[in-house]
Amino acid sequence: MTVLAMRDVWKVYGEGPAEVHALRGVDLSVDAGELVAVMGPSGSGKSTLLTIAGSLEEPTSGEVYVEGAALSAMGRNDRARLRRRSIGYVFQDFNLLAGLTAAENVSLPLELDGVGTRTASAVGLKALEDFGLAERAGSFPDELSGGERQRVAIARAVVGDRTLLLADEPSGALDSANGEAVMRLIRAACQRGVAGVVVTHDAQLASWADRVMFLRDGRVVDQTAPPAGPESLLAPSRR
Amino acid sequence: MSVRHALLALLSEGPKYGLQLRQEFEARTGEVWPLNVGQVYTTLQRLERDGLVESDDAGDDGPQRAYRITASGEHELAAWLRTPPDLSSPPRDELVIKILVALQLPGVDVHEVIQSHRRYLVELMQEWTRLKEYAADRDLSFALAVDAELYRLDSVVRWLDAADGRIRRSGLEPPPAATPGLPKLPRTVEVRR
Repeated sequence: MTVLAMRDVWKVYGEGPAEVHALRGVDLSVDAGELVAVMGPSGSGKSTLLTIAGSLEEPTSGEVYVEGAALSAMGRNDRARLRRRSIGYVFQDFNLLAGLTAAENVSLPLELDGVGTRTASAVGLKALEDFGLAERAGSFPDELSGGERQRVAIARAVVGDRTLLLADEPSGALDSANGEAVMRLIRAACQRGVAGVVVTHDAQLASWADRVMFLRDGRVVDQTAPPAGPESLLAPSRR
Repeated sequence: MSVRHALLALLSEGPKYGLQLRQEFEARTGEVWPLNVGQVYTTLQRLERDGLVESDDAGDDGPQRAYRITASGEHELAAWLRTPPDLSSPPRDELVIKILVALQLPGVDVHEVIQSHRRYLVELMQEWTRLKEYAADRDLSFALAVDAELYRLDSVVRWLDAADGRIRRSGLEPPPAATPGLPKLPRTVEVRR
């Protein structure tokens, strides 16, 4: 099932001589259970692509479908509900709320969506347990390490029944071990059926994806072939 | 990869048979580099000739012959572990040469050439990452070997990204006819026929 589809999406900022084409006719489909990486240098349109996919911004032309529904046909409230229920975001700088504990940060999207506080807390706590953070549930973001903060952010992004996970340079300033841990969590979420999109300039992060798309000057210029299966790297004599 | 020193390392743990050395070599290197048994015996013969290992006098060269490390072998191994590999002079990198050639050839889009190499490298990295995902939790040697490969490929992708950016910034103006001090392409590369 296709969870996210972008069809001939254009985004233009400014007018006249100051006009900037951030996206030029992007097509992208991501199925449930699939992880797609979008790789490109800064200024290639990666972050714009992600904010438009997540309905945080509207395209100048073209259409975005989430779970089959066209975003342009939705009202503001419907889009806000879709963002709360179906879409999880992971940002480079985590964007946790400093005044809330780890558990409260994770259960927040559920509460905003009208789930009762007790149920939301229980679900949030369970999500933290799944990410090996049960004992940090009562800690505030500034009491957590960078790696723990990003795990909380991912738990928040997948809590409830989200179907689409959008991540912008999710390993940000983390060291390589924590960066790898973040990608393992994102892959685990996809293996449970979430459709994932990671935008990054980092080939090591992108290589966790099922498919890597290359963005240049707002266009998808190329993509990797479907993975061949790990055994192709090893000499036939190995087994 | 020095098979010679890897075998010395295995023998420093105690005497071993040739076949056993091959199995242990593959297990310790995460089975990333398969080794044929002929390579093992040829290497052992050379090590013996150089006095770095010794074997039972009796018996044939077959699987029943046990080898052990000598004192000079121990010394050689200790020295090798601490000798940095030669990274001081840049290797003649085929990819660098291809990009330099593409840059100068009329009618060739160097960015397209760069992208085709970038895609290939990222596909390779995806395969290595897949291997790491499924196997590395159980095998430290394997994880280390895969990481080394991923970092090596990553550095090549980064160079391509940097080259791509540098060429774009230069505005793709044709290079000046003769700039003193620029490295010349190796003579073996024929730019134009």
